[in-house]
Amino acid sequence: MTLVACREYNASSPFFKHRRFVTNPAVAIANVTHRYGERVALDALSLSIDAGEIFTLLGPNGSGKTTLFRLLSTLMPIGEGEITMAGHSVRHEPANVRSQLGVVFQSPSVDKQLTVLENLTHHARLYGLGGSAMRSRVMELLDQVGLLARARDYVSTLSGGQRRRVELAKGLLHRPSILILDEPSTGLDPGARNDLWTYLFKLRQEQSMTIVVTTHLLEEADRASRIGILHQGKLVALDTPSALRSSIGGDLVTIRATNATHLAERLTSKFDFTPAIVDGAIRLELDGGLRAIEPLLEQFGDEIESVTVGKPTLEDVFIARTGHRFFVEPVIANGIKKKKRGH
Amino acid sequence: MTITGTTYVPSLPVVLSLAHREIVRFFRQRTRVFGALGQPIIFWLLFSEGFKSQTLDYAFFFPGTLAMIVLFSAIFATISIIEDRNEGFLQGVLVAPVTRWSMVLGKVLGGSLIAWLQAMLFLLLGWATIKSVDPSLLEAAQASLLLMVMSIALTALGFVLAWRNDSTQGYHAMMSMLLFPMWLLAIFPVETGSVVGWLVRLNPLAYGVVGLRHALESGAPTNLVFVGPAVAWSVSVGFAVVMLAAAVAVSATRTKGDFR
Repeated sequence: MTLVACREYNASSPFFKHRRFVTNPAVAIANVTHRYGERVALDALSLSIDAGEIFTLLGPNGSGKTTLFRLLSTLMPIGEGEITMAGHSVRHEPANVRSQLGVVFQSPSVDKQLTVLENLTHHARLYGLGGSAMRSRVMELLDQVGLLARARDYVSTLSGGQRRRVELAKGLLHRPSILILDEPSTGLDPGARNDLWTYLFKLRQEQSMTIVVTTHLLEEADRASRIGILHQGKLVALDTPSALRSSIGGDLVTIRATNATHLAERLTSKFDFTPAIVDGAIRLELDGGLRAIEPLLEQFGDEIESVTVGKPTLEDVFIARTGHRFFVEPVIANGIKKKKRGH
Repeated sequence: MTITGTTYVPSLPVVLSLAHREIVRFFRQRTRVFGALGQPIIFWLLFSEGFKSQTLDYAFFFPGTLAMIVLFSAIFATISIIEDRNEGFLQGVLVAPVTRWSMVLGKVLGGSLIAWLQAMLFLLLGWATIKSVDPSLLEAAQASLLLMVMSIALTALGFVLAWRNDSTQGYHAMMSMLLFPMWLLAIFPVETGSVVGWLVRLNPLAYGVVGLRHALESGAPTNLVFVGPAVAWSVSVGFAVVMLAAAVAVSATRTKGDFR
């Protein structure tokens, strides 16, 4: 019944006629630079996201991912460069982009003084839905996000996780072809986080929706089909999670020593290693795991405080590409940026 | 290039939906319902009692109190734009495929209907309690229509002031410095030749109050005595049009508060 209603609506409204096209790439970002005053938040960024992908934009605070989200959501005008979404230019055809785009903000955008149902109804009207098609669509989504029983409750009485589900339902009302979510796991417990991702996978599977998620959580990024890692406004890595990890090499050895610099020098001369020092510890990429570090322990056992051997994580990928720990203070990052630019 | 950038959703449902939301929110805030009507009534009683010795009575302050109700509820209604921004609701509207003018019109229509409804209640109260406030049906209709025009003008003015304000405190400062004096200049008798007299001439709200005096035959005009109903109406309508245009223009600008 819902389907019939929707088809009728499609036929009568010119607004929905663009929806049938599946364009690839779903999101094309070309040479986008964004400045806040003198500070460069995005630095000639180019990236394309395929239709039907779940893409995570991973980056620490200050990496530029929130800026990119604002540009993608059409909230902020594009400075330099171009962004095309669902085949429409964000700069020249914002209305067409908006009708194809579902946005879930990090900060709440629901009206706490209205009921769940009222929130969704008002939002649906902003997207040109109306009448019985709108009502059945609202109910369908409430059912999908498991809030049918709470439809007539004020949003102020809902838990954080439930409110996030209202946000998600809002973003999906108009059947967008692209859904973008800004740090959707913020404030969610692990169970609710899991539910959210299960739902996102379902959306991609059943509606071949393109989903873009920004996050600073490494384990969250890991769930995506592809990850783009942002650092100081630049894309430093772009691949599937497993490909990124294998780009590091076999195993990752972290050595804490009394004098890390000194030990690193001798490791370089004695063995054929290229150690890096990150955060006061020596990092080595090795094949062969525990066995490979045995000669090392024999030689320098007294100087070594601890050795960790592990499979590389996304954080290791980040460190390998940037030479920084993942959680750098954004102020420091910006300072470096400014110096490089010369003003 | 094809002009496909204009596929915004139809504006009328958007305007009505946003206006409806304003009204629903208003009636859910009980204190706002009482405050917006209670305060002007208290002012009316105190002003009328206080100026009795100057032969200014309840009837004289009646049109001014109507203007105050409209002004105050318009202001409180547009404070909601700051709340909408701070609470995040606005960001959802800004990324929807709606035209900016329909967003402005929705907010202004909702706010001015709230203001107008309260003015109508007070009009009934005045008609029931003050002997000299006894308009014919036609006069009452004229006054109601003028009150709607004034409501739209003042709500749009409130929107312009509120849009770029990120805090309600900043808005309150604006209210005491600009809006409250504007109201005082609209109701008190002043000498035409003085500087203040000129300020009165430049004050569009004063024309609205004079228009209400004409329509309700309530309290002979003591300022802008030379202004007839036609001029009072034209200035009020012009005020509303200019303020609406200003609100649409200002809504195209973005503030830091949009990005949080």
